[in-house]
Amino acid sequence: MGDDAVVIGVGNSDRGDDGVGAEALGRLEGRVPPGVRLVRLSGADPAEVMEAWAGAARAIVVDAMVSGAPPGTVRRFDAAGAPLPAEVQLVSTHALGAGAAIEMARVLGRLPDALAVYGVEGDVFAVGAGLSEAVAAGAAEAAARIADELAAP
Amino acid sequence: MSTPSKPETRTISVDYLARVEGEGSLKARVRDGKVEITEFGIFEPPRFYEAFLRGRRFGDAPDITARICGICPIAYQMSSVHAMEDILGVRMDGALRELRRLIYCGEWIESHVLHAFMLHLPDFLGYQSAIHMAADHRDAVEKALRLKKIGNDIVALLGGREIHPVNVKVGGWYKVPTKKQLEEMVPNLEWALDAATWAVEFTAGLPFPEVEQDYEYVSVCHPDEYPYNEGRLVSNKGIDVPASEWNQVFEEVHVARSNALQSKVRDRGSYHVGPLARYSLNFEKLSPRVQRLAAAVGLGPTCFNPFKSIVVRCLETVHAVEEALRLIDTYERPTRPDVPLVVKAGEGHGATEAPRGMLYHRYRLDDEGYILDAQIAPPTAQSQMSIEDDLRVVLEASLDLPDDDLQWRLEQTVRNYDPCISCATHFLKVEIDRG
Repeated sequence: MGDDAVVIGVGNSDRGDDGVGAEALGRLEGRVPPGVRLVRLSGADPAEVMEAWAGAARAIVVDAMVSGAPPGTVRRFDAAGAPLPAEVQLVSTHALGAGAAIEMARVLGRLPDALAVYGVEGDVFAVGAGLSEAVAAGAAEAAARIADELAAP
Repeated sequence: MSTPSKPETRTISVDYLARVEGEGSLKARVRDGKVEITEFGIFEPPRFYEAFLRGRRFGDAPDITARICGICPIAYQMSSVHAMEDILGVRMDGALRELRRLIYCGEWIESHVLHAFMLHLPDFLGYQSAIHMAADHRDAVEKALRLKKIGNDIVALLGGREIHPVNVKVGGWYKVPTKKQLEEMVPNLEWALDAATWAVEFTAGLPFPEVEQDYEYVSVCHPDEYPYNEGRLVSNKGIDVPASEWNQVFEEVHVARSNALQSKVRDRGSYHVGPLARYSLNFEKLSPRVQRLAAAVGLGPTCFNPFKSIVVRCLETVHAVEEALRLIDTYERPTRPDVPLVVKAGEGHGATEAPRGMLYHRYRLDDEGYILDAQIAPPTAQSQMSIEDDLRVVLEASLDLPDDDLQWRLEQTVRNYDPCISCATHFLKVEIDRG
């Protein structure tokens, strides 16, 4: 309790653009108001995700997505009211992705009051690959937009 | 009545199967009511790693191979460090050895609970996914999520990170925990013991197709312990060799449909690794509590029904929780986290029990400790032929089912193995061609 907000970056930095969540989170360090917690999760275990936002009134999740958009495209979704659009898949190199964790939390009644999801379109998810250029730019854009959102009254 | 019935000409094709790890394909062909082929192919093998390992230092192997799989990184670390320690002539004893069992307990708990409840249980209860299932089985899902997380916590505490742990090294550990750190997990583990016991009772009450297969079960077997890191390779059909003879007993064959090499027992054929094999070959080494629990839910000391693997995973989860509690209770922090190593050339072997079955590693080092070659036989590749055998038997027994139900049953058959096609996309193409 006590957190105003939490930003959760999801993804495995060993798997190319799946590391975009961690990258965005890194860029937010020192740029968020007091009372905002930054949590990095390398996978989207539903229990870990729910624990990460427990007690926070609002949560922002940033993750790689695959939706058919050009790599690096950033999209924001309001996930508190409705599931992500069907064409948007949050990428996981595990059996359950962040989208599944969010929907699991919805069913269990464990969503925060406000939940925004920033998806950054990924391109390469190969083992050992770095972040591709367009996606690194997407991480910077997502971080800037999240910082603005958190600073807004 | 007198006209012969028309041959069936149905084809079922599904492009997406969730709830398996990795990229593979499943194909079945039925002609005039007769099963012609059942194929389970894997597109994404860890062969890349074998090439990637060549020329690297021996100490890099645990970190590199841990990245093969996000679900069972500990297994890859354990098989690689034990193979390297085999070459360098060191053995883990005392607390360093016990900590390796403890981290493996954590991986078994998280992997077994994830598979049993999030991936496999929806098959039995008729839900498309765990999310759909959660609406009607909220308590069960909540319990399973908490139980799995307790496994994550063990891996995160000992491994440093829960997905790709970095704390295990050849010769021991980089850092070892304090007794107090471990004891902080005890209340959760005590809760987990009850929760895992409940999981056994819950899954034992599911409806199981009546299928029994004459498997050749293979697992690591230790004289005194339920196997994790150490023991001979034993089967119920006469294999009993040290891990160093893996290549004398088994061979890896390439089949056109699959990028992964399939393993077989030389001159014999398919074999089965995983919870059912471990259980059936090591029943008497399970804790008395687990043995009693198995009997209470109607499971004998061996089990040859692949669908009951879900119950055995839960039994092994109880065992892992009990073992974790025991290891924490007796733990005394070692004075140093590792043993000294002297680099030398040679060949070494490591076979340990990943949650989904025996994982074999072999390495050859030069005299400066650089890797000359590496061989990795993952459990899913080892069970691949057994999966195909099961598909054939299940398909033959289920031909009267409508296509949707038949496809469901075949997917369930594959998921009995908790296949970890490892680190690929999440895509299994299912195709049933009825001619």
